[in-house]
Amino acid sequence: MTYAIIQDGPSRSFAEGDKFLAGATDRDADVIVHCGTPFVADPGKAAILVELGDESLAEHIGEDPAVTNALGFARYRNGDDAPSKLVELVRPASASDAAVAAAAKVFKEAGLEVVVSSDQIGRIVNRLVIPKYNAALRFLDEGLATQADMDLTCKLGLGYPDGPLERIIRGGLENHYDTTQALFETYGTPAYAPPRRAVVSKNMSRRRDR
Amino acid sequence: MTRTIKTVGVCGAAGTMGAGIALVAARAGFRTISYDMKEDALERSAKQSAAFLDKSVERGKLEASKRDAIVGAMSRTTDISALEDCDLVIEAVFEDLATKQKLLDRLDAVCSEDTIFASNTSTLSITEIASGSKVPTRVVGMHFCLPAQLMKLIEMSPGILTSEETFESAWAWTKACSQIPVRTQDKPGFILNALLVPFNNDAIRALEAGVASAADIDKAIKAGLGYKMGPLELIDLIGLDTQVRLCEAFYPITLDPRAATPPLLRRMVAAGLLGRKSGKGFFDYEGNAMYGA
Repeated sequence: MTYAIIQDGPSRSFAEGDKFLAGATDRDADVIVHCGTPFVADPGKAAILVELGDESLAEHIGEDPAVTNALGFARYRNGDDAPSKLVELVRPASASDAAVAAAAKVFKEAGLEVVVSSDQIGRIVNRLVIPKYNAALRFLDEGLATQADMDLTCKLGLGYPDGPLERIIRGGLENHYDTTQALFETYGTPAYAPPRRAVVSKNMSRRRDR
Repeated sequence: MTRTIKTVGVCGAAGTMGAGIALVAARAGFRTISYDMKEDALERSAKQSAAFLDKSVERGKLEASKRDAIVGAMSRTTDISALEDCDLVIEAVFEDLATKQKLLDRLDAVCSEDTIFASNTSTLSITEIASGSKVPTRVVGMHFCLPAQLMKLIEMSPGILTSEETFESAWAWTKACSQIPVRTQDKPGFILNALLVPFNNDAIRALEAGVASAADIDKAIKAGLGYKMGPLELIDLIGLDTQVRLCEAFYPITLDPRAATPPLLRRMVAAGLLGRKSGKGFFDYEGNAMYGA
């Protein structure tokens, strides 16, 4: 399965020199991958993939049930951390099984792990992990335990490779704010409301930028 | 100032957690008395503990002489008055407030006023449990992780009335057992369960909301975050009925919507899909097929 990448600006999924970028061919490829470029329908392609941030795929491809080969994707990464091996493939209701299979194939061949998510904000990982991170930040404010003890508890008690607080701080509290705010605007549930430390970080950054 | 601890009692020692705690205490050289209501259950659990120690010797992780010393340090009883000389009594009985309070009341009558009472509760309030004792200053939270004989972490929580001496003595004891204590406030679920129970519920809700298949939810969490186990696989291991009980313990006291029992979880329990123990939960343990909502 061949693929072409049409890119404008940096990609959050693939940094310069990423193996996936090196494997791309020209626009005659079976699969087209848009990174920062607008979606262009082409029913002749096995799949057309649009790189996503926190937004819905429908913002790029619309909700037309006749479009069966368009999918979204995002490589999961924790803020500024390097991207993980995980690609969340976003499957709109209109997508065909063949398009999903073609998209999964190009990523798997590049050594990435692929899961399929419906077109819901936060996809799988952020939808699940962000409320936990928000709770950990709130617990820290409320004095439940020290940051070190909360992180240690998760590592020793749950076998996590790193603690939630060290992870959020390493990935950047401003990035955390942006993601949780996107989820909060969509779902409106308190679990996604940006926690104080993330708000502080975001506001300080805004002040610096002014 | 910390109190000297030489003899440790474990209540509910026939259970998995209690038996593990007794092993931790005896392994560190403390005279350990395992107490439970039924002799046959205590005997079964003692055999399992002996088998665990034998295996440790076989694997070269424990010297045979050390195993003999551990076994020699352990005794068992169905008579609560046998705990009278204990400096520390750790309870790991059924997770029910009235049961734990009643136990402390009985221990009050048996033990000296200096004896420290530690509760292994994972969800209940230490302060509420402590109110079962006439001396609530001597009660402290000491939450071990399963299996206690292998997991190092202990969440240590003082109740409102716990004395600093009690807390410090219990803390020092966990360190003497080569465990790793962390200090938390007396709040529902402490750190571990306060983060884990709602997270696991969120995974069930994501499945119910059609975000992804059970297999992909778990795969995403493992590949994206580096967790050893996906949340749905973990609930299958814990037991779906246990997850319901955890929700029912948490939600009424926190009113956190994430802690409320997800409707799919309740339906699956009603259908007898309890996880590994029933052969089927979010995943099928007879074949390898996946159960999806």
